[in-house]
Amino acid sequence: MKRFVGFVRKEFYHIFRDRRSLFILFGMPIAQILLFGFAITNEINNVDIAILDQANDVTSKEIINKIASSKHFSIVDIIQQESSIESIFKKGKVKAVLQFENNFGSNLIKEKQATVQILTDATDPNMANTINNYITSILKNYQQELNNTVSVDYQIVPQSRMVYNAELKSVYMFVPGVMTVILMLVSAMMTSISITREKEQGTMEILLVSPLKPFQVIVGKVFPYIFLSVINAVVIVLLSIFIFNVPVKGSLFLLGFESILFIITSLALGILISTISATQQTAMMISLMGLMLPTILLSGFIFPISSMPMPLQVISNIIPAKWFIIIVKGIMLKGVGIGFILKETLILFAMTLVFMGISVKKYKIRLE
Amino acid sequence: MMKAQNVIEVENLSKLFGDFAAVNQICFHVKAGEIFGFLGANGAGKTTAMKMLIGISSPSSGKATVAGFDVYKQTESIKKNIGYMSQKFALYDDLTVKENITFFGGIYGLSKKKIDQKRCELVEELGLQEVTNSLVASLPLGWKQKLAFSVSLLHEPKIVFLDEPTGGVDPITRRQFWELIYKAAHNGTTIFVTTHYMDEAEYCDRVSIMVNGKIEALDTPKKLKEQYKTDTMNDVFLKLARG
Repeated sequence: MKRFVGFVRKEFYHIFRDRRSLFILFGMPIAQILLFGFAITNEINNVDIAILDQANDVTSKEIINKIASSKHFSIVDIIQQESSIESIFKKGKVKAVLQFENNFGSNLIKEKQATVQILTDATDPNMANTINNYITSILKNYQQELNNTVSVDYQIVPQSRMVYNAELKSVYMFVPGVMTVILMLVSAMMTSISITREKEQGTMEILLVSPLKPFQVIVGKVFPYIFLSVINAVVIVLLSIFIFNVPVKGSLFLLGFESILFIITSLALGILISTISATQQTAMMISLMGLMLPTILLSGFIFPISSMPMPLQVISNIIPAKWFIIIVKGIMLKGVGIGFILKETLILFAMTLVFMGISVKKYKIRLE
Repeated sequence: MMKAQNVIEVENLSKLFGDFAAVNQICFHVKAGEIFGFLGANGAGKTTAMKMLIGISSPSSGKATVAGFDVYKQTESIKKNIGYMSQKFALYDDLTVKENITFFGGIYGLSKKKIDQKRCELVEELGLQEVTNSLVASLPLGWKQKLAFSVSLLHEPKIVFLDEPTGGVDPITRRQFWELIYKAAHNGTTIFVTTHYMDEAEYCDRVSIMVNGKIEALDTPKKLKEQYKTDTMNDVFLKLARG
């Protein structure tokens, strides 16, 4: 026990004396959560658009007013001819142009149909799609208001309610994702680097020749990272509750337990990486390319898994982050108990055992 | 009285990697308090043989005991009784001299009091009073190596294994380093040392020379020179290594 304490103390010296690892440990999580929370967002606010109103009548004016008064758009230009549309897009001044046809208002009344064209800059396809949906819904609202005064025989009125995230805040989606990425990064990358550093320096050999058992060396090396990762998880949850108002509807205790499980899964991965890489650089490359990219791209953090092609959907199953994100979303946003996330928990548990098993085997081969 | 006793006994020890015999049926023994030079060209099998003796690699066949313990079954006991310093300098650069001593003393299970006492002795002996609280990274290479050697002796091992301990240091530091080795040997510690420097081989009580996994010669430097009719160990080595 005394040896263990001495070992862990040494490990903390390493961590606190290395500015880079300190930054990765504490700067990154906070920077990432703030970045994802504030800067990166799927919502649109104050998007610049232009209007080409060839009708210039009461109806078109009413629609323009509705759009102008929404917080999503600001009308920055009124153009006069169709030929200006291209140039205004090319200048990048606006993301969308709304073009009302000639006699818009009278067409609507006489022919019961009038056309308004929505042109969007689709160099950013997601953004274009969202803008399109927002404008369409404003138009639909207006149409419904008009129809209220006229009787229509049949009508389907969709009543939508967004459950678990009524305001469709994207931060709800980023918090579980960022938490996953950070825990993965800190646990897997930092441990694999710190173990390979001992190999590179030749100190690993000294430790193996000492009476410490290999098992004790590894536990001593990963223990500080379990501790630091738990602190990170707490900081992320506190930031999301107090700065972004993301609720934790489920049990904090369960969230803590699942986080520790995921931290251990990541540590096991880190140990595995360190057994196959001889240098810190290799360990870092494998962690970044082999862990970070799949964790961000294939875990369902940013891109929905259900819309991926089949092979990628299959691959996503072996990514621990996928399961942890489901767990965190379940606990934080839906408030589910262990019963609903038992499958995911068991999968993480099994993965941890597999990673540890392979590491032990590799480790023995290396010692031979 | 202990002088006659063998602390390392090796009989027909081999290590195979597939069909390749890195170490091929070597036999030798090392007496207590002796400085035993373990020479050989790169790739001759020195390091592999040494790894088996210090308990981090298990032999393919043969018998060996180190400090009276079996290299197959009692590696844990061996580890408690030996010190080791590798060719790569191996203290922690980002820890201070004092912290390194405390850490290595700690993993060998020394009490805090014992560590403090050992540290004072060691710091005084090496003249490191000024730098005990400096990071090891800031010390010159020669000092680091002397410190690493002293650290490997902290737990008073019966045998200390030195794997090319003087690689890359200047002649003066090498000389000082050997003075430390002599001192340790004088205090009863057995020294098992591999080296590339043939002038260092002259400092050893007995040397063995490994060629292609086999021990081709084993005797005192004086007798080896007589046997091969040369003036220096360097020539002995060249004659053997070239076949």
